[in-house]
Amino acid sequence: MSTQVIGSTGNGGSNRSASGPVLEVRNLNVDFGVDKQWVPAAIDLTYEVNAGEVLAIVGESGSGKSASSMSLLGLLPSNSRVTGEVLLNGTSILSASPAKLRQIRGNDVAVIFQEPMTALNPVYTVGFQIVETLRLHNEISPAEAEQRALRLLQMVELPDPQKAFRSYPHQLSGGQRQRAMIAQSLSCDPKLLIADEPTTALDVTVQAEILDLMRNLRNQLNSAIVLITHDMGVVADLADRIAVMRKGRIVETGTADQIFNNPQHEYTKALLAAVPHLGQGDGEHDVDITAALAAATHTELETVGHDELERREQHLLAQDREAEVPTPTTDPVLELVDVAIEYPKQGRVPAFRAVEGANLTVHPGQVIGLVGESGSGKTTIGRAAVGLLPVAAGSLKVVGTDISGFRPTSKELGKVRRHVGMVFQDPSSSLNPRLPIGESIGEPMFLAGEAKGGELQKRIEALLDQVELPRAYRNRYPHELSGGQKQRVGIARALSLRPKLMVADEPTSALDVSVQAKVLELFQNLQKELGFACLFVTHDLAVVDVLADYICVMQRGKIVEQGTRDQILRRPQDPYTQRLLAAVPLPDPEKQRERRELRAALQASTD
Amino acid sequence: MAWYIVRRFLQLIPVFLGATLLVYFLVFSLPGDATAAICGERGCTPAVVAGLREQYNLDEPFWIQYLLYLKGVLTFDLGTNFSGRPIATIIAEVFPTTARLAIMALVIEAVFGILFGLVAGLRKGKIFDSSVLILSLVVIAVPIFVLGFLMQFLIGVKLQWTSPTVSGDATFTELLLPAVVLGLVSFAYVLRLTRTSIIENVNADYVRTATAKGLSRRRVVSVHVLRNSLIPVVTFLGADLGALMGGAIVTEGIFNVNGVGNTLYRAVLNGDGPMVVSIVTFLILIFCLANLLVDLLYAWLDPRIRYA
Repeated sequence: MSTQVIGSTGNGGSNRSASGPVLEVRNLNVDFGVDKQWVPAAIDLTYEVNAGEVLAIVGESGSGKSASSMSLLGLLPSNSRVTGEVLLNGTSILSASPAKLRQIRGNDVAVIFQEPMTALNPVYTVGFQIVETLRLHNEISPAEAEQRALRLLQMVELPDPQKAFRSYPHQLSGGQRQRAMIAQSLSCDPKLLIADEPTTALDVTVQAEILDLMRNLRNQLNSAIVLITHDMGVVADLADRIAVMRKGRIVETGTADQIFNNPQHEYTKALLAAVPHLGQGDGEHDVDITAALAAATHTELETVGHDELERREQHLLAQDREAEVPTPTTDPVLELVDVAIEYPKQGRVPAFRAVEGANLTVHPGQVIGLVGESGSGKTTIGRAAVGLLPVAAGSLKVVGTDISGFRPTSKELGKVRRHVGMVFQDPSSSLNPRLPIGESIGEPMFLAGEAKGGELQKRIEALLDQVELPRAYRNRYPHELSGGQKQRVGIARALSLRPKLMVADEPTSALDVSVQAKVLELFQNLQKELGFACLFVTHDLAVVDVLADYICVMQRGKIVEQGTRDQILRRPQDPYTQRLLAAVPLPDPEKQRERRELRAALQASTD
Repeated sequence: MAWYIVRRFLQLIPVFLGATLLVYFLVFSLPGDATAAICGERGCTPAVVAGLREQYNLDEPFWIQYLLYLKGVLTFDLGTNFSGRPIATIIAEVFPTTARLAIMALVIEAVFGILFGLVAGLRKGKIFDSSVLILSLVVIAVPIFVLGFLMQFLIGVKLQWTSPTVSGDATFTELLLPAVVLGLVSFAYVLRLTRTSIIENVNADYVRTATAKGLSRRRVVSVHVLRNSLIPVVTFLGADLGALMGGAIVTEGIFNVNGVGNTLYRAVLNGDGPMVVSIVTFLILIFCLANLLVDLLYAWLDPRIRYA
């Protein structure tokens, strides 16, 4: 791999050695004009970033972390107002002329955006877009720009730089697109890199690779990085210093070590407590994933002594014997035998087999976590279990009835569906915006003929009580509720027919961590109280760890490994499961360093 | 890409067959005897009628008539109309005029529609945007014959900037006014479509990326915003080209343009079945080709379609 720093030979190098921070932000205020009023998005922010340093700005949605960072380069919509002082190497950029600002953008300060899907222009090749940046800020010939662009694509470790250069964004995978985006950002050796949720849209294994890449680049280029994220794991992996934002203000700043190990502000503590911690489970059965993985794969680590690791493993084994899960003897509520599921062919697009040879059993009262990355087929199984997708081969039994032969509109399927509730991923789009939420909750009961009139109203109120929403909310519309409240409504709706099986498809992935923690707790309590079986589909291993008794790992349409939580977390057998576990970042800088080393070792052994 | 073109071409075949069949069936099932239309008020002798029925295959069942007609089309023999003139000659005579008129109208609506739409979209909510929107609404709301007569009277008769009617030569200056009238309504649609599309794209993530790269506003708009925004506009323009080529019966009538629309109108009035069917067939062909052109343009503008 090339370690050469690609750059304009001009002023780049000299400024960096100069003392003083690369970026100084003093009393930055950002307001948005809404209905002729100024609504503050960021209040009185003051921070600085040095060369070669990663400052993470952490906060939940609406905290103003993105808006304040975009304001540095004047990238906010025209209804915004920015005041304060922003100094880049001592020069003010808020007061810079448009021409000067254009010179700074892309050249001195570059941005990596969240969605690699939409942040690159779909109608131009990756090469065109990088060359465009290069030739804008450097006086070089097209041929030379192409050479540099290819070197950049090589530097971000794209497998085939030549091919990537000629590709349109839609021809690359999400991770490759983000690499291309990073290559473009680095094209002029920026002094400051603003990374706005750079890995949020990516799978964990890809995320781990992108984080590695960013760390290497930081070391090579010595740029200052402002990392904006809501993910504490990502922060622990990359950040040197952290600023925690809440409702437009920075509530706490400190080194990564200080924030994680000795948080001062209440909000920081609450935020850290809300982050699900893989291996922590429900608090009683802690699993040291790093040690377990090291044991399972016979890997030696440098940062952790051999004895120390051994001690931890022994501890693990001791715990392991205690936790024996009895096999249930009752009839399963969901049983998949050699199931294949296809998306039927559409025109010229051939049928796509999303799931192949899946065997899975869910017993009453069991919570099964179905984990996998995008495209693994986990959602497909969840949908098929509710009869939303036809089964192409094998048998799929729901509450004792084989639904694999049923047509999607058949009456028999309708009967089976009464026993199954489903919670969808996006609470905003899975509730009818024109129906008051009381009606959304009551509809399944009304349609099934379970209750109507006064009886129905009572049931709706009872359900609202169960999901801890005020009864008065029944007449509200979805847009009047927050994301977490909407998802509570989704859960209430799924519970309304007292299902034997609940299919939850990423119910918390669209929510902030603190909200997620509350919704998960509610879900857990309801499950214990009502005793329904649950198929919990998610990409987030830490969430599964909190909820599930039994974990099922999927990759590319196949179930690669399944077992009890302890089996999967303590003794993962399949290499993919091991990779997946190693890729989940831990919200703890110290442990994350160990984890990183382990991941690298695993990678090296599989290569 | 080659495969894409071939596929699009093959798709034209069923469209062409289906459309001609429909038109042929409609004309066939019109009430009244076709020979009566030829013979006019005085009527013909039974022998002549029999001869005519023989000539136009009127005694054959519908399917045979249609297949015989298709055979004629495929061998470039469109037959004669009821007055005995070869239909191909008539089309060759009137089509160039209509084509010129259509292309002029298309250029006018495309250039001005996209330009005004672009500026309005970039200045959303400002005075220019609002006034252009109201103006376009007026243009869409007023019937074309009102617009046509009004402009003919004002510019042709009162101001005398151009001739109010079009002569047989159909020169560029003579066609300018009808082209403006013809393009005016579509201009309003193109404008609105472009405006909406621009507003949508100006806030897209990749536009922010382009700005963050340090590109000038001009380049961001012309290279990154415009090309993405033109995709829906091109679809509309292509469909419109087909419609314009079909001749504008009203506009051609007002300005006395000897084009396809006028000819078709007369053929319908005279109950001249073969003529109507042939012209409509020709128009279907033109429409299909215009759509093919759109599909190609589409693929050129959007690589996601090209490599699908």
